[in-house]
Amino acid sequence: MSVQNINVALIGNPNTGKTSVFNQLTGLNQQVGNYPGITVEKKMGFCKLPHNIKANILDLPGTYSLNASSMDESVVIELLLNKNDKLYPDVAVVVTDVENLKRNLLIYTQIKDLEIPTILVINMSDRMERKGITLDIPYLEEKLKTKIALVSSRKGLGIDELKELIVSYKNITNEPCLNASVIDPEYFEKLQHAFPNQLMYKLWLVITQDVNFSNLDRNEVRNTFTKSHSELKRLQQKETVKRYQFINDVLKKGLKVDASMAKDIRAKLDRVLTHKIWGYAIFFAILFLIFQSIFSWSTIPMDFIDNTFASLSSWVAEELPSGILTDLLSQGIIPGIGGVIIFIPQIAFLFLFISILEESGYMSRVVFLMDKIMRRFGLSGKSVVPLISGTACAIPAIMATRNIENWKERLITILVTPFTTCSARLPVYAIIISLVIPSKRVFGVLNVQGLTLMALYVLGFFAAILSAYILNKVLKLESKTYFVVEMPSYKLPLFKNVGINVVEKTKAFIVGAGKIILAISIILWFLASYGPGKDFNEAETIVKERFANTTLTETQFENEVASQKLENSYIGLMGRAIEPVIQPLGYDWKIGIALISSFAAREVFVGTLATIYSVGDTDNESTIKSKMQAEVRPETGGKVFNFATGISLLLFYAFAMQCASTLAITKKETNSWKWPAMQLGFMSALAYLTALIAYQILK
Amino acid sequence: MQNTIHTLKKGEKAIIKDFDIDLIPLKLLEMGCLPGSFVELLQIAPFGDPLYLDINGSHVAIRVETAREIEVELIKSNL
Repeated sequence: MSVQNINVALIGNPNTGKTSVFNQLTGLNQQVGNYPGITVEKKMGFCKLPHNIKANILDLPGTYSLNASSMDESVVIELLLNKNDKLYPDVAVVVTDVENLKRNLLIYTQIKDLEIPTILVINMSDRMERKGITLDIPYLEEKLKTKIALVSSRKGLGIDELKELIVSYKNITNEPCLNASVIDPEYFEKLQHAFPNQLMYKLWLVITQDVNFSNLDRNEVRNTFTKSHSELKRLQQKETVKRYQFINDVLKKGLKVDASMAKDIRAKLDRVLTHKIWGYAIFFAILFLIFQSIFSWSTIPMDFIDNTFASLSSWVAEELPSGILTDLLSQGIIPGIGGVIIFIPQIAFLFLFISILEESGYMSRVVFLMDKIMRRFGLSGKSVVPLISGTACAIPAIMATRNIENWKERLITILVTPFTTCSARLPVYAIIISLVIPSKRVFGVLNVQGLTLMALYVLGFFAAILSAYILNKVLKLESKTYFVVEMPSYKLPLFKNVGINVVEKTKAFIVGAGKIILAISIILWFLASYGPGKDFNEAETIVKERFANTTLTETQFENEVASQKLENSYIGLMGRAIEPVIQPLGYDWKIGIALISSFAAREVFVGTLATIYSVGDTDNESTIKSKMQAEVRPETGGKVFNFATGISLLLFYAFAMQCASTLAITKKETNSWKWPAMQLGFMSALAYLTALIAYQILK
Repeated sequence: MQNTIHTLKKGEKAIIKDFDIDLIPLKLLEMGCLPGSFVELLQIAPFGDPLYLDINGSHVAIRVETAREIEVELIKSNL
């Protein structure tokens, strides 16, 4: 018997445990990607079912209804309206939370209207007893015209029953469970008459929603049946009322809640976590814990990774036959990969915390606490999440702004998020701080280097907040302030969900950033190893002539040749070309090269310097830090990385927009080149000015 | 004076009477904020805004400017 493939779509409100059900069904057989052209996350997984059936399971973004108010929701509607889509579901599985059944059933009744076979999952069944809930499943199945799987995705209960239902999806009726057209019979009759072959609810969605609809000329539908925005919204309200009436009627008999049984810890926890003093104290304590883990706990694995790659490099250089390929490997590729791998501990810690905070339901309380304060700066309470996740990486952070309903608040959040100190800045900060800030203690416990790092984080945060304040005053955008946050019940985060989330997010980041960094390190290595003209190609003769009257040891001679070559290589010429611009900031042409390559991604800075200083260097053992320490300004004999240059560099990296991927994501999310261009211009100008002022004062 | 969700005190319960549909986000309707629905003010954020509500069994937070637009009738408690 051959394997039969079926498509299953998981649909449901946020906070119903939909993703846990997905994880239970698919385990680690998951692929996370993006929908073409947009940044909505697309989660696919596979599941072997009885009777030789293989299910392709699609975890659609959580939505409250089929009324699209964001890209996430549009994805759901577009898929469900397009029968020709290769992911079009054979069967839809709507996941609901037993505690919020009433609200969760709204989207279920809409899906039923599309006449797709639909299975209803009632999740969190393990909480029923504690909450005093009883369900009349046969009655619900009859009224809702479906099969119900009672599931506890936390405890893994009911998953096999769900699989059985999926296998026998053909037994489920396609019949809708209510008739929504009674809200305006005349209008809908005409509509059906004009398009007799189309589903009524589909036509209604085409009229009300801003989505692509391939089979039908949507202008035709719209022109004939247009109504004013306000009239449409009134009809949508009527539709919603109608659906709730139906749901209320069904649940009156099908669901019983014994209120005396319901012992709610929500109210007690809320009282503390949203308290005007305790609430903030706990929030800042959690932030402190997060930063503590990033700065101190992750240094142990990071040091290990650093050393491993340093010794791998020198091992390759020694063991392999010398030649261009070996050089490329030991000086370009291995340090390049090491520069990415070293981020894993910090990124993983950040995603771990963010994922726990979101899973537990705490993040919504933070949004609630911070909204009024953030609004003073033109931001929303929901901007807190992007600003915190921005400390990992601005890319997922900018994607996380999507649930901010108010366009102006969302735009400002997107524009200022890159100021928060992302993990890519960390290696730059770390190496410069260790070079120019003395490692001593004040008041016995506080390390000056640690304090400097903390100051840079605070600086980034204030830069974000202040620019938001300015943007709020400058941008003339009218948009309605719609702010609705669901406050989910508190849950203990599930290890499996958190784990999968951390692994997937970290992997996506490392692969994405890794490709860029690796490519840049290889290009850099080539640009540094080759050059035009005789200044590069006849470096040995030139050095011999220059030192004709002095005797050089062999090592001295080799070093002189290497630096002559580097200075006249392609990259050296580029660096020297921009030197006049960056000299007032205290940088030489080598730092200039690192700055140029940093505009692709800032973490390239250290790798670039590593590549530049290792090219032609016979001694691979010494660390990048000691090489930087040894660099001397030819004109004065002073150190290149002195205090003034160091501070100037720190400020430059704190403010500059050096990340091509962030610009690309801003373009995608704002749908215009105007905003990324503004980000780039404003941030670069600010970076240049502050670095200039700092260097000129300190030098 | 008209009672709105904004004029409720913490812990007070009410029934939603009416609102101007153009001033209320559709998402809130979908959460169950409809005429005739039950509403309770659970918490007020530290600076007086937003408001944390139980609407028809859904727990949501909305801003004062939205709450002001939703007329309610207070349920007199007999306790």
